[in-house]
Amino acid sequence: MLEVKNIEARHGLLQAVRGVSFSVRKGEVLGVIGANGAGKTTLFRAITGVHPDMTGSVTLNGQDISTLRPARRVAAGLAMVPEGRRLFPDMSVRENLQVAGEHGRRGDWTLATVLDALPALKPILKSLAGNLSGGQRQAVAIGRALMTNPNVVIMDEVSLGLSPIAIEGLYESLGQLKASGKTGIVVVEQDLRRATAFSDRIICLLEGAITLEGASGELSHDDITSAYFGLKAESHEGSAAHA
Amino acid sequence: MLDAIIQGVLLGGYYAILAAGLSLMLGVTRFLNLAHGDLAVLAAYLVIYLVATWHLPIVWAIVLMLPVMGLLGWALQAFLFARTMKGGFLLPLLTTFGLGAVIQNGIYGVFSSDVKSLGNFIGNLAWASWKLPFHISVGKLPVYIFVAAVVVLVSLQLLLSFTKLGRAMRATTIDEEAAELSGIDARRIQRATVAIAMVLAVLAGAALAMRSLVNPYTGPTQLIFAFEAVVIGGIGSLWGTLAGGIVLGIAQSLGAKISPQLFQLFGHIVFLAVLWWRLKGAGSLGLANFLRSLKGGRA
Repeated sequence: MLEVKNIEARHGLLQAVRGVSFSVRKGEVLGVIGANGAGKTTLFRAITGVHPDMTGSVTLNGQDISTLRPARRVAAGLAMVPEGRRLFPDMSVRENLQVAGEHGRRGDWTLATVLDALPALKPILKSLAGNLSGGQRQAVAIGRALMTNPNVVIMDEVSLGLSPIAIEGLYESLGQLKASGKTGIVVVEQDLRRATAFSDRIICLLEGAITLEGASGELSHDDITSAYFGLKAESHEGSAAHA
Repeated sequence: MLDAIIQGVLLGGYYAILAAGLSLMLGVTRFLNLAHGDLAVLAAYLVIYLVATWHLPIVWAIVLMLPVMGLLGWALQAFLFARTMKGGFLLPLLTTFGLGAVIQNGIYGVFSSDVKSLGNFIGNLAWASWKLPFHISVGKLPVYIFVAAVVVLVSLQLLLSFTKLGRAMRATTIDEEAAELSGIDARRIQRATVAIAMVLAVLAGAALAMRSLVNPYTGPTQLIFAFEAVVIGGIGSLWGTLAGGIVLGIAQSLGAKISPQLFQLFGHIVFLAVLWWRLKGAGSLGLANFLRSLKGGRA
């Protein structure tokens, strides 16, 4: 479905992402972990086309989308819930969802089905997005991404800044999305236990490169924490073998 | 005094039409089109040409010019402005400044430096007025232009609130990158916005040519008035442009009441006072901070 090969991305002279490759299949959840500054956000901004200073290839359903503008990548079936939500604060929740539905692809996700999947949005449809709590904003951002009917949705720092109750509610909704099996999901998550529990596979980024990759059930907590903090340089090679 | 205020309010209608296009474009494309006044004057000259040479009724001449200038705006954004926008905020300013000079000299080359007006083609509407109590006389033309301004602003409000294009324009204004990630082709929306701004420039140019005389170099002054109305009313606020236009118009009328030479000066003083008030809490004058502060609140 989504195939990313040898992505390199820079911020001026700083190389933020170094030769990252991975793939996501239909209905699969890929968890991406890594400390602050590991290059996660830059990687996904490059994949979605909003970070232009990149090389490598991004293929979605066999179509090379590497050179397309972000909106064209959305039209091809790639959506992103950006870090910080990036809602349109002066527009209502309904309008935030509506614009994505109007400019995205046609498919099963409509305002009605998104509200069924994210029932917390129903009572706040008329509220301005700028007046919402963190959890509500994240739900709107996810709903907005779904309204484009993506094949693959990338969720950057999905639980960052949310209360424990909001995180529980969020993952409950994501669980339903995962269970539908229609959409590939990439979840960038700081909470290692949450990431391994929710994902089918895990990749860990450190200083812009993948240091660990494998099926989440096969990776020990020690493997993950070592790769996360850069304590075991050879971990990628070792775990890739049994991924 | 009351008479001057009424005249100022009505003058604000014309400023609102001119400023609405400038504000819309500034909000969506994030650069100030320094050729906006010249484009309005170009539209005025073309309408005058159609009326004087082809003997078209004024309304038909305006209707004909709307799509022509709309297409010109679309093309300018697609082939000129969009390219300069990649070069930072200064390059579009310089480009539109140059475009304004080209338009002024183009009009001069084609139509000469003679002043022109649509006043000769609108019969007694140019001077007809209603008599109100307290010896106040209200010109019919300024009233019609003010009504047209309200109709234009209501139409724009409906467009922005209830149409797919309008929602996309608002989203692009708020956050272009997030708009792209929502599937909105921001470049197409920017082209459409500039086309709409040029349509408004036609209406403003026609209103100007009916109210007064135009010459090839009238544009920069009109740009200053439009910019002042936008800043007074707040960038991105449609009705703010009407409020800003009215405040500017009243200031100018009151200045002219004291002395005709003070017409422009009073407007500039009010503009500077509002600008100073808006920027008071802005801190660093970075572009984003500057624009945010001009939106109506402080940065």
